[in-house]
Amino acid sequence: MTLAAATNENLANLSNTLIYSAMAVYTLAFFAYIAEWTFGGRSKIARTAAALTSEKAAKAPAVTVKKGGSTAVLERPKVVVRAAAGARDVPDGPGAHGGDAQGDLYGRIAVSLTVLAFLIQLGGVIARAASVERAPWGNMYEFNITFSTVAVGVYLTLLALKKNVRWLGLFLITTVLLDLGIAVTVLYTASDQLVPALHSYWLYIHVSTAILCGAVFYVGAVSTILYLFKDSYENKLQSGGRPGQFATSFLERLPASSTLDKFSYRVNAAVFPLWTFTIIAGAIWAGDAWGRYWGWDPKETWAFITWVAYACYLHARATAGWKGRKAAYLALIAFGCWLFNYYGVNIFVSGKHSYAGV
Amino acid sequence: MSKTTTGAPADATPDEQDLGAAGSQLSTAPKEELPNLPSLGVIGWARWFWRQLTSMRVALLLLLLLSLGAIPGSLIPQSGTDETKVADFRSANPTLGDVYDKLGLFHVYSSVWFSAIYILLFISLIGCIVPRTWQFVGQLRGRPPGAPRRMTRLPAYTTWRTEAEPEQVREAALALLKKRRFRAHLAGDAVAAEKGYLREVGNLAFHIALIVLLTAFAWGQLFKMEGNKLVVEGDGFSNTITQYDDFKSGNLFSQDSLDPFSFVLDDFTGTYEPSGPSKGTPRVYRATVDYSVGAYGKDRKTTIEPNGPLDIGDSKVYLTAHGYAPVITVRDGKGNVVYSQAVPLLPLDSNVTSSGAIKVMDGYRNAKGVKEQLGFQAFFLPTYGGANSAVVSQFPALNNPVLNLEAYHGDLGVDAGIPQSVYQLDKTHLKEFKNSKGTQLRENLKPGETMQLPNGAGSVTYEGTKEWANFQITRQPGSGWALGGSVTAIFGLAGSLFIQRRRVWVRAVKGDDGVTVVEMAGLGRSESAKVPEELGDLAGILYDQAPGAPGDTGAEPDGVSDSDAASAEGAEN
Ligand code: HEM
Repeated sequence: MTLAAATNENLANLSNTLIYSAMAVYTLAFFAYIAEWTFGGRSKIARTAAALTSEKAAKAPAVTVKKGGSTAVLERPKVVVRAAAGARDVPDGPGAHGGDAQGDLYGRIAVSLTVLAFLIQLGGVIARAASVERAPWGNMYEFNITFSTVAVGVYLTLLALKKNVRWLGLFLITTVLLDLGIAVTVLYTASDQLVPALHSYWLYIHVSTAILCGAVFYVGAVSTILYLFKDSYENKLQSGGRPGQFATSFLERLPASSTLDKFSYRVNAAVFPLWTFTIIAGAIWAGDAWGRYWGWDPKETWAFITWVAYACYLHARATAGWKGRKAAYLALIAFGCWLFNYYGVNIFVSGKHSYAGV
Repeated sequence: MSKTTTGAPADATPDEQDLGAAGSQLSTAPKEELPNLPSLGVIGWARWFWRQLTSMRVALLLLLLLSLGAIPGSLIPQSGTDETKVADFRSANPTLGDVYDKLGLFHVYSSVWFSAIYILLFISLIGCIVPRTWQFVGQLRGRPPGAPRRMTRLPAYTTWRTEAEPEQVREAALALLKKRRFRAHLAGDAVAAEKGYLREVGNLAFHIALIVLLTAFAWGQLFKMEGNKLVVEGDGFSNTITQYDDFKSGNLFSQDSLDPFSFVLDDFTGTYEPSGPSKGTPRVYRATVDYSVGAYGKDRKTTIEPNGPLDIGDSKVYLTAHGYAPVITVRDGKGNVVYSQAVPLLPLDSNVTSSGAIKVMDGYRNAKGVKEQLGFQAFFLPTYGGANSAVVSQFPALNNPVLNLEAYHGDLGVDAGIPQSVYQLDKTHLKEFKNSKGTQLRENLKPGETMQLPNGAGSVTYEGTKEWANFQITRQPGSGWALGGSVTAIFGLAGSLFIQRRRVWVRAVKGDDGVTVVEMAGLGRSESAKVPEELGDLAGILYDQAPGAPGDTGAEPDGVSDSDAASAEGAEN
């Protein structure tokens, strides 16, 4: 008994050490990303302006060619791809390194450091789970460290799938550091068992999908914000304005606004069914734990509000013709609801969910 | 691509006219009409109103309103969840309380305005689904529209020249597309094909599932019941209304639908964290019960835990609270037992400091032989910290139980017909028993100890402690439907978001020089990289069956250059 307690104590300490180490490595990765952006700034690129102001692009919409078939035999017919009428045809930026070799090197270092930090943090989360002999999401400290691990995991998975998302790195790591900082200072709770009401396998399903959804929504929100910046940049160029030098250097390197927009839509749409499932799993658990599957508890209410807000966003894009900026604002409001549910409800509102400790 | 879904408006550019028929009905989304002034008359107005209600603009507005409307209920105390908090709020802010009352803000989710929003949304939803379903059935009966005249205008396009005959190419294309599970047919000189109808099926299924879900929820609210019963170890409960401590039900609930069952609480177990920072936090709560279903059902043993209710028929029995019930024996001056019972006490804090009352109503005569009633104010600490600690329990388990009793005699006031809390003494007609010093008689008892009442008035013995458990019994019909609705909703949603509905056309005609020209084009509901990819795939296969004419390198319309090709691939993600 005491022996077991001692091992658990050791594991808990190990977990803390790993989390702090992960923070240190994330900090290094953060500086590497900064270096990538800084060195990338040396290259002078102005493709967006070129694309938006040249005669040809203004008149004829995109016509680009892609080789047909996966087994590309050279003689086979090529498929011509045409952008939707009226869509701005702007090439994607090259990424944070801006085509600069040294910037690119720092970018690669940053990604490697992120992978390392991710592994260390994952170890920390697992050690924490082992020390309490349950899933690591019994209170907000554990929720936070798991959440940022998953968010970084989503980012690295997208990178591994060869998606063009390295530009997300700096923003993601900055907030991961913030998240961990809050976790270890304000939210820290010594490792501990669960109160009986939290013993249920629905907890594992509900909370793990909630964390995953949050991480993906977060990635969607970051690219939505960047979309808004890039879009107004392109608007300004199109109407003959001259954006500042910093904005130019920074925004030129991001993907085109339409790409960012599409990326955030895909990301949000892809997790929306999972978020729906999360709420239903929560309702089933509430049915087992509290005798009613839906009771308008603040956490439930805000999950519902978040869901409706994302449904608004999807509707706006799919049917009401609210594309672009208006839809983007809806997406940000929806993510704001998610954030409020995650932090705000635990801190400001008391309800049945608050007994797990802040 | 919204333009492709609205048909060809009068002022469409040639570009759009080309796509008009080909792109029509690629979705069942309703057309957005500009709000025009309604013609006079009630019917005109009604039609206008209906059109507005079922338009996407208003549906979106209602959705937004629904989420906004849900917010106050999460910030303002709700009478449905916490009546005492509402009372506190009212007494702290009387004026604001009145305003809130008028606006129904203490019961947002059953308020008129909140109901109005979701009922309107509900109607809008039905008004949206029905026409869309018919439209979709029509699309299923019909055939994919024929190829547009100028296929180069479509989002994905390819062409080549071949020596094969046009009929041969069209037949090969038809066979290929059918094999790929497109709905395909020959229309004039081209093959028209469409795939991805499941998207629409999924979308309709999702919206219908929402209706099922909402209906099931409303049904559950109307027919639900919920009651509480506190049971001391060794005691039982049978499911009739009179046995409940409190009982709530929906408007349409009838007593006949109470499931017949009964149970006896054998044992309650609670364990707590013994040390550390969260010392005293509960770890396990378990009620062991013997239950039987029906009037003469067999006895079965089971356990009920906070997340593990007992399911009997449509009812569920939940364990919601627990506490202690000291066993008390009261004797009169002659030593006759006039009262012997376990008295449940209400917990006051997380360490189960408890209080309650012991009421000896009849059978007691005082030293003079006169009928009288006895009352004891009870205060209980499962773990007493010793003389120099605060008078609250130090730990929730029964480590060092101490029962503090204050003794009264006289009239309990229970015969007046006014309902009284069993946990409180009404002291208006009660007199204190005095101790030898002439002050209120009050003693701390350990299990087995007895407190003597003065002047041969009798005695009270604290025999030992039982535990009690509170059970909540609920019946919420329609939850199966709600679950079915939600599962359908998820699958429908996944179908509607992940399946791409798209069309492919293959045209093969003899050119002026007698060589067959093959044109292929694809159109998706929304812009997607998958449409050109798929078209490339199909073109590749068809090309092998109808190889290029000698010297043909594939046409490159509209000044496409190879440098563009490279950049397109670089940007692909
Ligand atoms: C109860 C609230 C509702 C929710 C949560 C909801 C949710 C959704 C979602 C998530 C989509 C998929 C969006 C996409 O394809 O990207 C969708 C599509 C759609 N919804 Fe709703 N909806 C609701 C009410 C309504 C109402 C009231 C209407 C009609 C007035 C409606 C009509 C449509 C249409 C036409 C589509 C798109 C169909 C298509 O893309 O072909 N919905 N809805």
